[in-house]
Amino acid sequence: MSAVSTRARRPGTRKVLLTGLALLITGFLLFPLYWMLNASLQPGSALFSRSPSWFPTSPDFGGYEEALATQLGNLSSSLLIACCVTALALILAVPAAYGLAKLHLPGITSVMFLMLFVQMLPAVVMVNGLYALFNQMGLLESYLGLIIADTTLSLPFAVLLLRSFIESVPDSITEAARVDGAGPLRTLWSIVVPASRNGIVTAGVFTFLFAWSDFLFALTLTSSGTITPITLGIYRYIGTNTTDWNSVMATAILASIPPAVLLVVAQRHIAAGATAGAVKD
Amino acid sequence: MLRTEQGSLQAWPSREGQRTLALPGAGAGSKGIMGRVRVNSEKLAKYLFVLPAILYLATFCLYPLYFSIQMSLQDFTSASFVSGVAEFTGFDNFRAIFADPIFAEASLHTVVFVAACIAGQFVLGLLLALFFQKVFPLNSLLRALLLLPWLLPIIVSATISRWMLDQDSGVMNQVLRSTGLTAGLPWLTSPAQALIAVIAVQVWIGIPFCMVILYGGLQNIPGDLYEAAALDGAGAWTKFRNITLPMLRPVSAVVVTLALIYTLKSFDVIWLLTRGGPANATHTLATLSYQRSFIEFNFGRGAAIGDLLLIVSTVAALFYLRSYRRSIRAER
Repeated sequence: MSAVSTRARRPGTRKVLLTGLALLITGFLLFPLYWMLNASLQPGSALFSRSPSWFPTSPDFGGYEEALATQLGNLSSSLLIACCVTALALILAVPAAYGLAKLHLPGITSVMFLMLFVQMLPAVVMVNGLYALFNQMGLLESYLGLIIADTTLSLPFAVLLLRSFIESVPDSITEAARVDGAGPLRTLWSIVVPASRNGIVTAGVFTFLFAWSDFLFALTLTSSGTITPITLGIYRYIGTNTTDWNSVMATAILASIPPAVLLVVAQRHIAAGATAGAVKD
Repeated sequence: MLRTEQGSLQAWPSREGQRTLALPGAGAGSKGIMGRVRVNSEKLAKYLFVLPAILYLATFCLYPLYFSIQMSLQDFTSASFVSGVAEFTGFDNFRAIFADPIFAEASLHTVVFVAACIAGQFVLGLLLALFFQKVFPLNSLLRALLLLPWLLPIIVSATISRWMLDQDSGVMNQVLRSTGLTAGLPWLTSPAQALIAVIAVQVWIGIPFCMVILYGGLQNIPGDLYEAAALDGAGAWTKFRNITLPMLRPVSAVVVTLALIYTLKSFDVIWLLTRGGPANATHTLATLSYQRSFIEFNFGRGAAIGDLLLIVSTVAALFYLRSYRRSIRAER
């Protein structure tokens, strides 16, 4: 670094060098993602040569055809689960965050502590008891069971994130609504929710990402294969079929598309609230 | 007149609350609460906003947690799920796992894995954060792109890693072979390298997280401190050691404890790359607990290992709370 700055006298040259270096670093750290894309576009046989083909010079979509043929159902399962989890988590988290931020309840500290504690719980510890509980309730091998389990991954996070957003809604506005005769529910719906839209979008996006990425709950709570979210689909695919790397990579690309699209679409809202929510567990 | 109006307004949230309370598992608590609504409706209506989330977490997090702890004190096998009975055996499961050499190995791996991952993520994350402090074109775009490995599902990152680390046709070995120094290493299939490979992948996934938070911490250091130091003739290293590092301490503590909690419970990366193998070389407490419960169906043992993991992560969580409160105070 210091060598660069002493050699480059003109500020313009220095900036170009810095950008170059940044491109190199980014390229290095994102190389695996490029490699996934590259492999997904190679014909299956090309992947076993002793020297790599660095570019998909003649792209082959056989991997994608195979991936779509076998994994489309699993992608839809994941989509259904992640959407339901997002809805359920927000329905529970928005009122809770509002209550914690604005309603001056006694005992807030212990509730906050509960949220933080639950957020830190290792899922692998919980899953023993969850399996036993779901066995009793008949929730194993069901969409509802997986939705309930995945919601626990993000609910504390969503409450904590939304609370910090709702807290920044000025008290004067909520007080004015109260003076005008609005009850807490009305205030929440017409004042607080619109004012903390960025927070709700951010919490929703991350909830979706957590549910979409869940592997452990899917692995344990739907082990018989009746329901296969995409994470489990890829896992079984690698297990049985380590030769078809091009279609495995194509599946991985397909599994990355919904989170990527969501992040790009919601980017503006997330950036607006990035300082409050840079925590993924 | 006014009273009834107020009453009808207040009935709103409580009716709403009743509906939300009809979620599974909420039955026991709701009756008593509804009985008291008349006494202090306004105050209780407020509680109804928070209650569904609390009941949800109590039912689907705390109760299963209690269940797990109970299982760790029982001879709980797959037969227990059918019969509904599991004999209470006290600390037998704990005695058994402490006598198990694989458990000792897994504990050692856990320490190595967690320490190496935190060190790697923190140092590389800090270097990146420092680098991106500089002003140059494309800075924010590249910084956003760097988040990708962290935001993508772990199954995706782990699958790519498996392919790249493949002994015969993985790009890692192809590049190594082209140097002519080695014939390539069996990254994931030899006990000698597997733990290193798993750590490298976990670090790769965790760098962006450390970078983002440390970058935020660096941005919060007042610029005039550096200006004053420059006037006193301080060089880059002196400024880094005497301003950046001390000012970054509260945020660093938060990053390190969060990374500690995160890597301690990391299951996906290891399981997807090696399933704890080869020859148990990459088992940590998290993967071993899963293995005992869901592969060998010895739920009592698995839950007992889980208990120990729980104790360690709770201690880590307490450290986190302390450092988090400090970092907030430091910001003010």
